[in-house]
Amino acid sequence: MSSLLEVAGVSVAFDGFKAINDLSFEIGAAELRAIIGPNGAGKTTFMDIVTGKTRPDSGRVDYGEPPASLLRMSESEIARAGIGRKFQRPTVFEQQSVRDNLTMALDNARDPLSVVFYRPFATDMDRVAELAREIGLADQLNRMAGELAHGQKQWLEIGMLLAQDPKLLLVDEPAAGMTLDEREHTTDLLKRAAETRAVIVVEHDMEFVRRLNCKVTVLHEGSVLAEGSIDHVTGHQQVIDVYLGR
Amino acid sequence: MFRGSFAAALRHGAAAPTPHPSPTHMGAGTWSGRCLAMLLVLVPLVLAVLTLPAHAQTGPIQTVLQDNREDVERASRRTVGPIVDAIIATGSDRAPLFLERWSERVVYQRETDGLFFLVEDEDADPMALIDIDTGAPAGEAPEDDMDQLRPNSGVRGVIAAALVRFQLSDPDPDRRAAGLQAIERDPDASHLAALRAAIDNEPDVALKARKQRLERLLTVTFGADEAARVAAIESFAGDISVDVRATLNPLLSTRTRFAEVLPADANVARTLEPGSDIAIEDAYAMLADAGRVPETVDDDARDAALVANIADGRVGGVSVASLDTDQAREDAYAALAATGSVPPRPSAEDRAAAVADHVFFETYNEPSRAVTDAARATLQSIESRVAAYGWLDLGLDGLSLASIYFLAAIGLAITFGVMGVINMAHGEFIMIGAYTGYVVQQFVPDHTASIILALPLAFLLAFAAGVALERLVIRHLMHRPLETLLATFGISIALQQLAKNIFGTQARPLTAPGWLDGALTFNDVVSISYIRIAIFVLALVFFVLLWFILNRTRLGLEVRAVTQNSRMAASMGISPDRVNMLTFGLGSGIAGIAGVAIGLYAQVTSELGASYIVQSFMTVVVGGVGNIWGTLAGAGMIGSLQKLIEWFNPANTLAAQTYMIIFIIIFIQFRPKGIFALRGRAAGD
Amino acid sequence: MERTFLIRHPSVMIFIALLALFTLGATILSEGFGIGLISTSFVKTLGKTLCLCLVAIAMDLVWGYCGILSLGHFAFFGLGGYMIGMWLMYERTKGIVVDQLAAAQLPPTPEEVREAIGAQIFGVVGGSEIPTIWMFADSLIIQLALVVLVPGLLALVFGWLAFRSRVTGVYLSILTQAMTLALSLYLFQNDSGLRGNNGLSGLQNIPGAENISQDVVSVWFLWASALALGAGYLLAAWLVAGKFGNVVRGIRDDEARVRFLGYNVEAYKLVVFTLTAVIAGIAGALYYPQAGIINPAEIAPIASIYLAVWVAIGGRGRLYGAVIGAALVSLLSTWFTSGRAPDIPLGFYTIEWVDWWLVLLGFGFVLVTLFAPQGLGGLVDRLVRNPRAARPQPARPPQSAKEPA
Repeated sequence: MSSLLEVAGVSVAFDGFKAINDLSFEIGAAELRAIIGPNGAGKTTFMDIVTGKTRPDSGRVDYGEPPASLLRMSESEIARAGIGRKFQRPTVFEQQSVRDNLTMALDNARDPLSVVFYRPFATDMDRVAELAREIGLADQLNRMAGELAHGQKQWLEIGMLLAQDPKLLLVDEPAAGMTLDEREHTTDLLKRAAETRAVIVVEHDMEFVRRLNCKVTVLHEGSVLAEGSIDHVTGHQQVIDVYLGR
Repeated sequence: MFRGSFAAALRHGAAAPTPHPSPTHMGAGTWSGRCLAMLLVLVPLVLAVLTLPAHAQTGPIQTVLQDNREDVERASRRTVGPIVDAIIATGSDRAPLFLERWSERVVYQRETDGLFFLVEDEDADPMALIDIDTGAPAGEAPEDDMDQLRPNSGVRGVIAAALVRFQLSDPDPDRRAAGLQAIERDPDASHLAALRAAIDNEPDVALKARKQRLERLLTVTFGADEAARVAAIESFAGDISVDVRATLNPLLSTRTRFAEVLPADANVARTLEPGSDIAIEDAYAMLADAGRVPETVDDDARDAALVANIADGRVGGVSVASLDTDQAREDAYAALAATGSVPPRPSAEDRAAAVADHVFFETYNEPSRAVTDAARATLQSIESRVAAYGWLDLGLDGLSLASIYFLAAIGLAITFGVMGVINMAHGEFIMIGAYTGYVVQQFVPDHTASIILALPLAFLLAFAAGVALERLVIRHLMHRPLETLLATFGISIALQQLAKNIFGTQARPLTAPGWLDGALTFNDVVSISYIRIAIFVLALVFFVLLWFILNRTRLGLEVRAVTQNSRMAASMGISPDRVNMLTFGLGSGIAGIAGVAIGLYAQVTSELGASYIVQSFMTVVVGGVGNIWGTLAGAGMIGSLQKLIEWFNPANTLAAQTYMIIFIIIFIQFRPKGIFALRGRAAGD
Repeated sequence: MERTFLIRHPSVMIFIALLALFTLGATILSEGFGIGLISTSFVKTLGKTLCLCLVAIAMDLVWGYCGILSLGHFAFFGLGGYMIGMWLMYERTKGIVVDQLAAAQLPPTPEEVREAIGAQIFGVVGGSEIPTIWMFADSLIIQLALVVLVPGLLALVFGWLAFRSRVTGVYLSILTQAMTLALSLYLFQNDSGLRGNNGLSGLQNIPGAENISQDVVSVWFLWASALALGAGYLLAAWLVAGKFGNVVRGIRDDEARVRFLGYNVEAYKLVVFTLTAVIAGIAGALYYPQAGIINPAEIAPIASIYLAVWVAIGGRGRLYGAVIGAALVSLLSTWFTSGRAPDIPLGFYTIEWVDWWLVLLGFGFVLVTLFAPQGLGGLVDRLVRNPRAARPQPARPPQSAKEPA
C-alpha cells in the first residue's frame, strides 16, 4: 500500500528543548491510526508540523500522489491540498449558525473574489443538510454554534472537517469531555470517515483507542516508541514503563 | 577693524617710539585725518601743559599721558592704540602695571592740574596718591578733586591686548595663562615674536607646552619662513582641536578666477570645467562683469525691453497679443535687435563659445603652494580622525537616547509581557512623574534635595495610579487586549486634559541641580552632558534592579510564570491578579521615574508623555516582549538608529523619524516577534 | 439580487430611508435651497459628519468585522483629502494667477503661469518649483483616480508587509499607528511637496464655480456625502451579509481555525484592509472640500484613535452602530468644544466644557468599554432583538489557537 503521508527524520526544538526528535511516520490512503503518548510526547507538535503551523528544523514531510513536500506550503495551502485538522478544544465559530459553519467549510473556491460573489446553490445546501444529518445536528442548522452542547460542538467540528472532504484527517482528542453515548457516536463517525480517507486520531484515553480498533503508534519524547495493534503496544514493556512514569 | 588697526599701530609702535604712527593698509584716509586732528589737538595741549604748575611731569608715562590728555580722558577704542603703544615704548618697567590699573579703572586724574595718579585706597577720603612712574607716594587729595578714568570695554580690550606680551613672562603662572588665553582668543602677527621670546624661560612644563603649541599655531598663519610654516602645519597632523582647524581652514580658502590661459605662477586649487563645475551662465556672467563680453539679456530684461518698445499694440513687427510663448518673444526681440533699438542678445552658442575661450579656475588666497599642500594633507588627516571621533560621539548620543527610551519603555514592556495589554496611558504616567518633579520643586527650593525627594515620590504616585488603573479597568477587560488598548487611551486623553486644566498649557520648568550642568568633554568632538550621563546611570540602575527582581525574587518567579503560561501559573497557586497588579504598578512607577528624568532636560507639558509613547511602543515591538534584555536591545537599536539617521540628514529630524518608522516596519518582516522572541508553543500565535 | 438582499435585511432599507429623509430635511432647512433655518456652516458640519460616518463604516468593517484594530485609517482619509485638495488648490490658484497676469502688458507664457502658480502655492514654504507629485494636479480625472489609488496602494503595501509577517493584535495596532505617525511627520516637512504644516487651504472654493454661493455648494456636498454614505453602507452591508462576511468574522474570532479550513487569511485581511482604506480615502475627499483646509495634524495618530473610539461607542460589528457612534460623538464634540454648551457653575469652580469635554469623553469612553461593550448599537439590538447581529466576542484567552501541552 503506497503511503499518503510520509514523515521522515523530522526534528524540532524550542529553546533547546527537543519537542520532536528524529520522528518517522507513515500512513496509507484509507487508514485509521491512533497516536498515543504521555504529556509532552510531541503529539500536538507533530500535528502542528503536518498542518504547517510549525516548521521543523530538519527532516522531510511528503504528502499525496505523487508525493509533494508540505514544508514549503502555508497552512491554508495544506488545508486546500486535503489535510483537515480538528483541534483539541472544540473550535467552531460560535457566533455563526451551524449552517454558516458548515457552508464555510464546504469544498468550494476559497479565494476572496469567489467568496464575495458566492451564492448558496441547492447542491451546496443539500450537502450541508446531509452533513448535518451525519453528525446528528439536522434539526440544529439555524442555531448559533455557541449555543450547542460541548459534544455537539465536537461533532460540528468533525462535520466541518468532512465538509472539506479531506484526504487526511487529523483529530486531536475527540473524545475529551464526552459522555459514553457521545463517545460511541464519535467512534462511529471516525470509523466511517476512515473508510474513504486516512484518519489520524491523537488520544489519551486507552479505552477510546481500543474501541477504534486500529493500528496504534506510541510517541515518547518526540519519537516513535512502539507501533502495532492496541494489544501489542499495551504489552510492550517500554510503553508500560513510560506510562507508569519509570 | 579694531584688530587690524591696533595690530598695525602696535607694529609701528614697536619699530619707532613715536606716538603717531603712519598707518599703511587699513583705512589710510581716516588715519591720516586722525593724525592731523591729533596734531591740532596736541599743539594747544602742549601749550596748556607748559602753563601748568612746576611740580608736573615727573616721569615718561606721565609725559605721554599729558601729551594726549584729552584722548586719555575720553579714551575710545579707535584713539587709544597709539597712546598705549607710546606708553609701552617708554620702556618703563611700570608701564604694564599702569596699563593694568587703567583697565581696572583705578587711575584717577587730579582736577586741579590734570595729572594722573594711582591711588592707595579707592574708598578713602582724602585719597592717598601714588606717582605713576615711580610708585612713590605723591601726597593726598580729597575725593571730590579726583576724577576716575573709566575706559570702556573697547579700550580695555586694546589695553589687554597690549598687556599680553608682559603677561607672557609675568612671574604669576595664572597671569601667564591668562595672557596665553588672550592670544588664543584673538591671535595676531605681533604676538608671534613676544610668544617666541617667552618660551625658553617658562618654568612651568604645562604652560611651556601650551606656549609652544600656540607658537606653532601662530607660525602657521603669521610665520615669515615657508619651511617653518610647513613644519608647523605638519606638526598638527591628527590634532582634532577646533583651533587647529580654524587656523588651517582659512589657508585653503579660494577665489574663482578666469584667464585665457592658466597662469603658471598662481597657486591653483583646481580648474573648473564649465557646464559641470561651474554653470555656463555663471562663467559667462564672470566674463561679462569683467567687461570681456557683452552683458547677457535675461528674460526679465528682454520682456522689459519689449514692453518699452510697444507701439500701437505692436512690437518688433508682431502684435503684442501674440507674445504668449517664449519663442514669440524671442523672435520679437530679435526683430527689435535687428533694427538696433535694443542690444543684441548673445545666443546660447555665443555664450558657450565665449566661455570656451577661457579657463576658469580657483586659486588659493595663500600664495605658497607648499603651505597649501601641507595644510590640505594635514586637514585630511585631521578630518579622518574627527570623523572617527564623530562616530564615537554619535555612539554616546545614541546611548543616551537609548537610556531614555529604555526608561520610558521598560514599564510598558513588562506589562505587555505579563498581561498582554498595551497601556496607552503609559505616557501619562511619565507625565505624572514629570509634574511631580515640578510640584516638589515648588516646595523644596534646593534642587538636589527636590530631585532626591521627587524620584521616590514620582514612583509612588505613578505606582498608585497604575494599581488603580489595573484594579478599576484592566482587570475587568481581561483577555480583551484591543479593548484594553482603547480603554487606556480613554484614560490617557482624560489625564492629559486634566493636567492641562490643572497646570495650564504652558511648559513648566523642572530645573536640574547645578552639579548636573555642563558636559563631560573628552575633546573638541566628543562630549556628553552630565544630565545625559545621569539618565544613563538611572537606566542602568533600573535595568540591574529589574533584572534582580525578575530573576532573584519570588515576585520575579511568579511574574515569569504568569508571562509564560498564566493558566498553568494559576493552577500552581500563583495569584495572577496579584502578580498583574504588582507588575502593572511597577511598570507605571518606573514610568514616573522616567518622567522626572525626561523633565530634567525637556519642558514639562501635558504632552510630554505622549511625545515618547510611540517611540516606547516601537522599542517594545523591536525588542520583543517578556524579556528586559529585549527592551534593552530595542531601546539601544531605536536610539542609535534615530541618531544615525539624524546624522545622515541633520537638518531634518522629522524625516529621520519617518525613515525610522519605515525601517521598523521592514524590520518586523524579518523578526515579527522582536529581537528577543519567545519561541515555541509558549509564545502562542 | 439586490432586491432580495434588501428584503432580507430590513435594517439596511431603514437606514437608507432615514438617510434620504435626513438629506431631504437638511436641504429644505438650508439657506441655499430651502427656508434658511440652518446656517451654511451647519450644513457643512452635517455634510462633514456624513463623511465621518462613512469612514466609521470602513473602520467597523476592518475592526468590528475583521478584528484588525487599525489605528491608521485616518491616514487614508487624509490622503484622499490631499489628493482632491491638490486639484482644488492648483486649479483655483491657476484662475487667480491668470487673472493677475492678464493685467501685465505682455500676454503670459505658459511657463510664466506655471511659475506664478508655483510661487503662489509654495511661496509659504520658501519654494516656487511645482513638485513632481503635482504633475497631474491640473487633471480632475486623474486626481479623482488618485483619491482611490493612493490610499489603496499604501494600504496594499503596508497590509501586505504586516499580514505576511503574521503581525496581529496589539502589535498590528501599534504598527498601523506608527504608519500614520510616519506619514504625518513626513507631511509636516516643508519639502514634502504638500506645503508642510500649512497644508492645503481654500479647498471650499470649487474651480469653475467661483460665482456660485457657498450656500449652494454646501448643499451639493451634503448630497454627495449622503450618496457616498448610502453607497458605502449598502456595499458594506452586502459584503458582511454573505459568505465573505462569515469568513471575515471567522478570522476575527479564530484566525487559525479559518486558516486550517483552507482560507488564505492574509489575502482576506488584505482585501478588507485595502477596501476600507479606499472607502476612507473617498470619505476624506468629500470631507476636506467642506472643511476648506487640510494639514498634517489631521492625520496625527490621535485622529485614528478617535475613529476607533466612535466605532466602539456606537457598537462595533454592526454598521449602524458605527454610524451612530461617529455622528453622535463628532457632533457632541463640536458642540462642547465650540463653547456653545452651557458651563456648569459649582460655586467654587465653574466647569467650562471647552476644558472638560475631553475629560468627560475619556472617562465616559472607559465606562462604555467596561459596562456596555456593545456600545449604543447594542442597546438598539436589545430593543429590536435582531438575531443576526454580531454578538459580543466571548471572553477568551489571548492565545486561542494554542493548546495546553
